[in-house]
Amino acid sequence: MTSLSVSSVFLRIVPAGLAAALLLTGCEPPPVKTVQHGYRGTAMVQVYHPATLEADAAKNAPPEISPTASPDGPKAGAIYQNVKVLGDLSVGQFAGLMVDITNWVAPAQGCTYCHAGGNFAEDTLYTKVVARKMLQMTQHINNDWKSHVQNVGVTCYTCHRGNNVPANIWFRSADTAPRGMVGWKDGQDAPSQQVAYASLPNDPFSRYLEGAEEIRVNSVTALPEGPANASIKSAEGTYGLMMHMSSSLGVNCTYCHNTRGFASWELSTPQRNVAWYGIRMARDLNNQYLDTLAGVYPDYRLGATGDVPKLNCATCHQGAFKPLYGADILQGHPGLVAPKAMDVSAPADPAVIPAATVSDAATAKDAPG
Amino acid sequence: MPFEYQNLFTTVVATSPPETSISVGRDDAEREGKPLHFRLLGKIGDAQLGPIYLGWFGVASLLCGFICIEIIGLNMWASVNWDPVQFVRQLFWLALEPPPAKYGLSIPPLNEGGWWRIAGFFLTAAVLLWWVRMYRRARALKMGTHVAWAFAAAIWLMLVLGLIRPILMGSFSEAVPFGIFPHLDWTAAFSIRYGNLFYNPFHMLSIVFLYGSTLLFAMHGATILAVSRFGGEREIEQIVDRGTASERAALFWRWTMGFNATMESIHKWAWWFAVLCPLTGGIGILLTGTVVDNWYLWAVKHHIAPIYPAVFPYTPDPALLQGVKP
Repeated sequence: MTSLSVSSVFLRIVPAGLAAALLLTGCEPPPVKTVQHGYRGTAMVQVYHPATLEADAAKNAPPEISPTASPDGPKAGAIYQNVKVLGDLSVGQFAGLMVDITNWVAPAQGCTYCHAGGNFAEDTLYTKVVARKMLQMTQHINNDWKSHVQNVGVTCYTCHRGNNVPANIWFRSADTAPRGMVGWKDGQDAPSQQVAYASLPNDPFSRYLEGAEEIRVNSVTALPEGPANASIKSAEGTYGLMMHMSSSLGVNCTYCHNTRGFASWELSTPQRNVAWYGIRMARDLNNQYLDTLAGVYPDYRLGATGDVPKLNCATCHQGAFKPLYGADILQGHPGLVAPKAMDVSAPADPAVIPAATVSDAATAKDAPG
Repeated sequence: MPFEYQNLFTTVVATSPPETSISVGRDDAEREGKPLHFRLLGKIGDAQLGPIYLGWFGVASLLCGFICIEIIGLNMWASVNWDPVQFVRQLFWLALEPPPAKYGLSIPPLNEGGWWRIAGFFLTAAVLLWWVRMYRRARALKMGTHVAWAFAAAIWLMLVLGLIRPILMGSFSEAVPFGIFPHLDWTAAFSIRYGNLFYNPFHMLSIVFLYGSTLLFAMHGATILAVSRFGGEREIEQIVDRGTASERAALFWRWTMGFNATMESIHKWAWWFAVLCPLTGGIGILLTGTVVDNWYLWAVKHHIAPIYPAVFPYTPDPALLQGVKP
């Protein structure tokens, strides 16, 4: 009898256990790889799923390296008309870059995506005005934001990957203000991909990557001293931004932070430093470059509130800890690195460019390399 | 005697006329419903369903609870533009949010936290009325009021989170949203804002009593089931005439760990563990932001947080670097 009851208990428990295991593995089928990223026993581990890694690897394959053109010969600015940014390149370098840009941004449409058919010098197409601003932005990133992009730098391909519009852009969210008598949700409580499907505030970009709202919510003293420096709601906002960063880079919180003390720089990894500059870089680019394109785009490129497309971490990173896994993509593209003689006069409408950009550009011009 | 295992769910269901229980005087009229018998219910408990004693406190409590859930539910539904499909699909994400920080403790607009305050009022009323009802029913049966006080421990934690701490902090924005995922995200954000709640000693105690409760429940439930073949689950008989079941249960634990509880003390253990979980948790929440602002730094200061060797080169806070161009 005893053995019978024991086996019958097993017959009930084993299928139930199997069913439970199957339910759980439905979330993310094993095996999951873990890589230690900190002192042992501190749970600082990066979790990678092979299927996700494979999908990200396909998205982040570097582009073909184009042949290097000679810097000798006449300058593009002397030969072509209306060359405002790349005039210092040789004609060969200039033509090579134009071909690359076509492959990176408009492989299907070709030159006429930006250039009006009859006269390549004309600025009649909005795409050409945007492209010029983007070239200036690329130069600005590669010169002034080495703290984030280091010497790897970025090209048009880093974001565009063969698309007219990069796959990951953002617009301001339309429904944050209370409307009517009921149904206010404080800009959160919706399944949003932007914050990795958490119910956190789902437009962290307007607040932190365009605006300069305070991201730090921890106090720096153990006990309260003076008025509270942040509310729990502001912590939710920061949390939303961090979820975006984590999912954009395909990393855990512990890639940058030791979660026992998120705020502590002593406990953080060096990557947090790079990310700190990344946040400032995104904020700078959104304000000084993308927002200044207001009025240039046709309506169908604008967001629900009529705002221009803007960038965030995912725009470049696209699931990789370094875009294109840090491939040396700048090689042979001097036009994307060095803003030369004519860059200050380049903005389409200097009146809308805040002073900071001009001074940034001027500093960059003076800086060696 | 064949050692047939007859519990967890007994195969024997007794059938009998409805049990009308003792008279409690004039309150008898408050008992609602004709008693029914369900064979399936008999498999997991008593086969008889009803009558329930509702009473005025019960009616008032249910009404307040209904109003609260209506306010929450209709706000959630309105937040998806009254789309029934989206209401169901997004239900776990939806919430009724507390007012923004700018309103502090003042009365916010209805659709910017006002509904949250009203829903919170009715929820509190519902829970307190239910507590009164529970207390009075125990008294009517000449019982102790242990159940009511255990419930009060849970109410304490709820009121700390939604009322007492927000008042001490001077803002209802500190309170919890009404929503499934949103209240979980709030919990994580709370810990993040106040520098890691795991370093809060009262949170530690709360966890001890939470997990301790499950352990005690498992030990006690298992012990009684294990001696039910000797009639061990018949507590009343065991109290007046300790048979071999109780003796064996006690002996089992004396053999395995040297110490054993008694038929009475095990329930005191369980009650205190369960009650101390929300009591200590509530104290921990109450101290957060009011007395301690960063639990990690507090734990470092008091040598609770151990120091691990550095494995990365130290990178100072870039915000503190002077004159460095990004």
